[in-house]
Amino acid sequence: MSNAAEFPLWAAILVAFFVLLGSSLALIGTIGFTKLQSFYQRLHAPTLGTSWGTGGIVIASIIYFSVSGERPIFHEIFIGIFMTITTPVSLMLLGRAALYRDRAEQNPNSRQSL
Amino acid sequence: MSSVILFWSFSIAQFFLAIAMALSVYRIAIGPRAQDRVLGVDTLYVNAMLLVLTFGLRTGNDVYFAASLLIAILGFVSTVALSKFMMRGEVIE
Repeated sequence: MSNAAEFPLWAAILVAFFVLLGSSLALIGTIGFTKLQSFYQRLHAPTLGTSWGTGGIVIASIIYFSVSGERPIFHEIFIGIFMTITTPVSLMLLGRAALYRDRAEQNPNSRQSL
Repeated sequence: MSSVILFWSFSIAQFFLAIAMALSVYRIAIGPRAQDRVLGVDTLYVNAMLLVLTFGLRTGNDVYFAASLLIAILGFVSTVALSKFMMRGEVIE
């Protein structure tokens, strides 16, 4: 925090709100990932952290660096775009691989959960 | 006043993300099958990326943006490679 002394209060409240929103959503998603029963339910939980967890922290970062640098800085939006594009791809590949493995091994657990 | 708000919100956010990383390491350790462990690695990468981004916010340094983007790219590539390996038994066909 280089120039936090003259950082305006409204921007500080906004940055704090978005940072806490993003990190608590990431924590809730990971708690769900730990607690849920079958793999196909667990596949959905961490997307909470990749969608709005990333979005909240990226928005907070944009606000913080734009206000403290006194010019609009938007390059953090690349992380948001990248996560939005890559998360469905990787999770669909992982879900198909898990389905293939369950079918190959005739796992009875997959039949009741699907 | 604003520096106090920023300090405590960044500290609480880092604490939450560290707990999230510990929970995903727990799932990697106990995870019944291989796909649970791969998904645990993916979650660990995402939480580590958010933690580096929050650390960059806290220090006010712009360099950590590049590090978190690099972590995101490596996490995506590793998840895709591991799921291709679980599906086919080899990564590059």
